[in-house]
Amino acid sequence: MPSWQTPAQTLGPFFHQGLARTRQAFQLPWLCGDAVDVIGNVLFNERTLGQRIRVEGVVYDGLEEPMVDALVEVWQADAHGRYNSPLDTGESAVDATFTGFGRAPTDEKGAFSFLSIKPGNVPWLGGLVQAPHINVIVGARGMARQAFTRIYFDADAGLASDPVLSRVPAARRHTLIARAGGEHDGALTYRFDLHLQGENETVFFDF
Amino acid sequence: MKKVSQYQPRDERAHPPYVSPRYVSTARRAPLLPAVAIPQSLSELTGPVFGDEVVRHGDDDLTTNAGTGSPALGERIIVSGQVLEARGRPVSNTLVEVWQCNAAGRYPHVHDTHDAPLDPNFLGAGRMLTDAEGWYQFTTIKPGAYPWRNDHNAWRPAHIHFSLFGPAFLTRLVTQMYFPGDPLLDLDAIYMSVPDAAARQRLVAKFEREASRPHFALGYRFDIVLRGREETPMEGS
Repeated sequence: MPSWQTPAQTLGPFFHQGLARTRQAFQLPWLCGDAVDVIGNVLFNERTLGQRIRVEGVVYDGLEEPMVDALVEVWQADAHGRYNSPLDTGESAVDATFTGFGRAPTDEKGAFSFLSIKPGNVPWLGGLVQAPHINVIVGARGMARQAFTRIYFDADAGLASDPVLSRVPAARRHTLIARAGGEHDGALTYRFDLHLQGENETVFFDF
Repeated sequence: MKKVSQYQPRDERAHPPYVSPRYVSTARRAPLLPAVAIPQSLSELTGPVFGDEVVRHGDDDLTTNAGTGSPALGERIIVSGQVLEARGRPVSNTLVEVWQCNAAGRYPHVHDTHDAPLDPNFLGAGRMLTDAEGWYQFTTIKPGAYPWRNDHNAWRPAHIHFSLFGPAFLTRLVTQMYFPGDPLLDLDAIYMSVPDAAARQRLVAKFEREASRPHFALGYRFDIVLRGREETPMEGS
């Protein structure tokens, strides 16, 4: 199979300049006055349908030390399970207020967070459905390329029959499930840590 | 029911393995367990669509987009290229994000402490969308080389970071563009993290006299090839 894919390279330590362009990223204050980037970690607006959620976590390296220079990106369906993409073949209306993409660099404690809505069930092949999930890309200095994973939600009825989770060794499935942490400011909070190595190494996917 | 095209596999010969011993910090940050293979579903086959709302006017000119009214210092260059799928189809209207250090090898990033001068007129970042034929172009200054801590005398070759989306979640790519003839390339643990020599060459831009603008800037051409769709669409949802 001929293939000329351009190789991936690490994000490096200075990606904030390009991908999370805020005044905190620059040492010369006049270069950027923005408190938030136009692509950020708040995915909804006041008109977006769905249960508000806040997903937060820490990215850990192989020594279980927080990674202060990682980038977490998310891509998810709307409350009805539709992706805001021309490639989603579903027929129900898509929530035009919800792009479904967000990104968050980790902070000085290695923590990231997203404010979003709980996605609906997404179709699978053959008429089956996938449990609600958020697709994740993580990258950082020291990661020669980016890695893909998923966030599922604690206590969802669909977890047991999810066609992706069923492909994951049972002992590792817990690394993909965010833990509910109660309600805060009208949003359900979920905890989801990423471990790049170690006994709780997050499951990463190839597709 | 509409049909959805599946994508060719990620070409494992083209991409760096997570564990790359010469790139020292991969030792603690490389996932070590094998990735779990899953079929491509709508979650992977769809992807975000960005429009003009994420691109500022003038953000394709890094020599002036700091907005100070004075140009950045350095050798002005024009970088252009086509974003393609592996089967040659152009990727139109996709977001291209770039970032780089200044001509002296210093990022304005708050964490860069390299002892080289900052350029008060250089933001070091830009955003643009590809046109209907997949072309992007931006004007910038040639970045400098700079030292890093990978070993006692490690230097990054001049490079520009690129972030691309493509049509699908699975086509997301972050990479780096290098310059032809740079003696630091073969010494660089990050460039060399790609094991295949032919694949590495695809990270090196070509100098193109035709892409240069007389009496203004030299031109470099850097085409980017994302994963391509298979010929035969599969039954969709």
